[in-house]
Amino acid sequence: MADREAQLQKAVCSAHADGTALEICGGGSKRWYGREPSGERLDVSGHAGILNYQPTELVLTARAGTKLSEIAKALDEHGQRLGFDPPYFAEEATLGGVIACGLSGPRRPYAGSARDFVLGCKMINGCGEVMRFGGEVMKNVAGFDVARLMAGSLGTLGLLLEISLKVLPHRIAEHTVTLDADFTEAIGIMGHWASTPLPITAMAADGRRVYFRICATPSAVRKTTCEINGEMFDDGLRFWKELREHQLPFFDDDRPLWRLSTPPATPHSLIPEIPHADWFIGWGGAQRWLKSDLPAEAIFHAASSAAGHATLFRGGDRGSDVFASLPAPLLALHKRLKESFDPVGIFNPGRMYRDL
Amino acid sequence: MSTAWNKPELIAALSGILPASAILSEPEELAPYECDGLSAYRRLPGLVLLPETVAQAQAILKLCHARKVAVIARGAGTGLSGGALPREDAVILSLARFNRILDIDAHNRTATVEPGVRNLAISEAVSHLGLYYAPDPSSQIACSIGGNVAENSGGVHCLKYGLTVHNVLGLKLLSVDGEFIDLGGQALDAPGYDLLALMHGSEGLLGIIVEVTVKLLPKPEMARVVLASFGNVEMAGNAVASIIAAGIVPAGLEMMDHLAIKAAEAYAHAGYPLDAEAILLCELDGTEASVSDHIETIQSLMAAAGALESRVSGDEAERLRFWAGRKATFPAVGRLAPDYYCMDGTIPRRRLAEVLARIDAWSAEYGLPVANVFHAGDGNMHPLILYDANKPGELEKTEEFGGRILELCVEVGGAITGEHGVGVEKLDQMCVQFGAAELEQFFALKAAFDPTGLLNPGKAVPTLHRCAELGRMHVHAGQLPHPELERF
Repeated sequence: MADREAQLQKAVCSAHADGTALEICGGGSKRWYGREPSGERLDVSGHAGILNYQPTELVLTARAGTKLSEIAKALDEHGQRLGFDPPYFAEEATLGGVIACGLSGPRRPYAGSARDFVLGCKMINGCGEVMRFGGEVMKNVAGFDVARLMAGSLGTLGLLLEISLKVLPHRIAEHTVTLDADFTEAIGIMGHWASTPLPITAMAADGRRVYFRICATPSAVRKTTCEINGEMFDDGLRFWKELREHQLPFFDDDRPLWRLSTPPATPHSLIPEIPHADWFIGWGGAQRWLKSDLPAEAIFHAASSAAGHATLFRGGDRGSDVFASLPAPLLALHKRLKESFDPVGIFNPGRMYRDL
Repeated sequence: MSTAWNKPELIAALSGILPASAILSEPEELAPYECDGLSAYRRLPGLVLLPETVAQAQAILKLCHARKVAVIARGAGTGLSGGALPREDAVILSLARFNRILDIDAHNRTATVEPGVRNLAISEAVSHLGLYYAPDPSSQIACSIGGNVAENSGGVHCLKYGLTVHNVLGLKLLSVDGEFIDLGGQALDAPGYDLLALMHGSEGLLGIIVEVTVKLLPKPEMARVVLASFGNVEMAGNAVASIIAAGIVPAGLEMMDHLAIKAAEAYAHAGYPLDAEAILLCELDGTEASVSDHIETIQSLMAAAGALESRVSGDEAERLRFWAGRKATFPAVGRLAPDYYCMDGTIPRRRLAEVLARIDAWSAEYGLPVANVFHAGDGNMHPLILYDANKPGELEKTEEFGGRILELCVEVGGAITGEHGVGVEKLDQMCVQFGAAELEQFFALKAAFDPTGLLNPGKAVPTLHRCAELGRMHVHAGQLPHPELERF
């Protein structure tokens, strides 16, 4: 619950002065994400506390080191939640960490991503200057949208101090139903239901079944359940949480875990030689988890030939590329942008791309 | 900035890229481009170029880059902050002829279109599939999707469906020197920095958009509107708060004040109660079951908040009639006075009553009536200041009044623009919204995309020098000695 802004600013200023690389660290719950961390650890988890929460305006502002669990608890007291359903991956997870990683849960295609819910931020750039962008209102087009740019930038552009988010109400009722389907059938089934206006907030497939989460008023949930005509799945709450947290048995594996983001209707035969059991489809087809020892190049290539992109999500060689490579003009733009925020290159060097 | 403006030489060079009919250079051809939707600011452009292909646009950019000629992108010209205001020593790059829908992908629920395609044309083109494009700025029959991205346009359905940034999946850009840059696409959450988000609302300062891939949504099964009237705006504001607190996110939630109601009713005959100080229009959409459930709850919340009456649209015709009044507010208010000035600021909704009271007091002080329409769900207000431009000094007075409203928005924790952009109109208020560090960061960011500052120079971000000259961080637009002069 402390304000550590002054100390953090001092630390950044001195790193800027002597060119010391910093590893920005919140709860450390996602330290395995991205490329190998380097630099002196700068702990921001102490900079914590909810600063403003207006349930009737759907807006919350908290310091970046605030635990996600604390935010979830405060929201829950007013029947609200974080719209992008963020994965924690450990109890220590902080707001700053999940925004910096830009990670979203099973609800993402239906409700929006981490960056979609960012309204504003206070941050320190690589020169040690404290700046504010965006704000606490839902519509704001004053100046460049730096607050959303910070989402998913893996701490390479600046140190997040405070984040303002749009939050959402919990739906009144929630059910999970399943239909039997292999992966090929599942893609078609999920596409079909995604084209209807039914209140579906998550769809996933494990090769045997398609899972639908329905959230709405009780009568709308009942009606949708009838329409899909699937089998009731009583353990839905746990299923979606375990999918979000990678605690389903599928994820219990020593091989590298890949995330392939593809247009949702992409056929399942993405990499024909991979056995069905090594896939898990989420986001209604838009996110495909793969555990595989195949060479990274083959997986990057398979995803890009399907108009998507692959990420070496967990495990594997973190010293090499974990995110799909960028075309030269785009990479050059990334470098200039990085320089504009962090001219000396002190923040999380190499965490996203080797030379960034 | 342009240092080498040589019009005949430029025309000669451009004629190797474009047919003569796509290069406008005579004053009478240039006149229609002298302003955008903010007609108080006018200036003849040096040249207007109307390319039809990406290759032509690319060649134009390379040529202008080599000659250090500034380029101002323009879509349909419906912008309300002067973002497309020309310069005599710059070219207007019109994207109006990029009006093709390139691909409709029903399976992935996306449409890929050229930037000059009109907002509404997208929904019309996919309607037979049961799909639509959600953001609906009030100019949607005319405004182009490229302009929507440049301004991050909103609309009356933002609270539930988000802004343009939430509904665009991919962009193809040309950089200032004509390089292709692909951002996002049909797959979600592309690797690298979220430049797709950054492009939204960047007002033509970072790149030229040549292709847009949007997300399409299934059309809701049904939509109904509750029209409720109140004895004062504070009660209407409380009703909005109680709806949100009840866990309902309506598709649209609009408030109008007495003057706006009166004007709209006289113009559109929507059936608005003329004795009300405020009305709320609350639209619910989705499946039949959820809409009926929510309508009931909303009606009882309205009653509990002290509504004088509330009516539910019985059929689609009545729903459209309820909206017709709101959608006609601007032209309706336009009949009350020779001119009106539409402001665009956002505030935390809990400060609404206080902000409207301050606006009322200023309205009396300036002798300029104000009609208020308010996107109540998301805090975006549009006070319409009525004035007469033919009366000497009245435009300046109006601008000063408008500037004070925007600064009040910042003071209560809001923003100087919710959806119309900064353009040239709100450069001074940017000095109030942001400090020196932020403004310098904006310039550094801009330089990363456009090192020589050739894309839409002088718009959206004021120089520190300007802020300092105008009284540091607190200035009023109308106090400028020569408002007709360039404001950079």
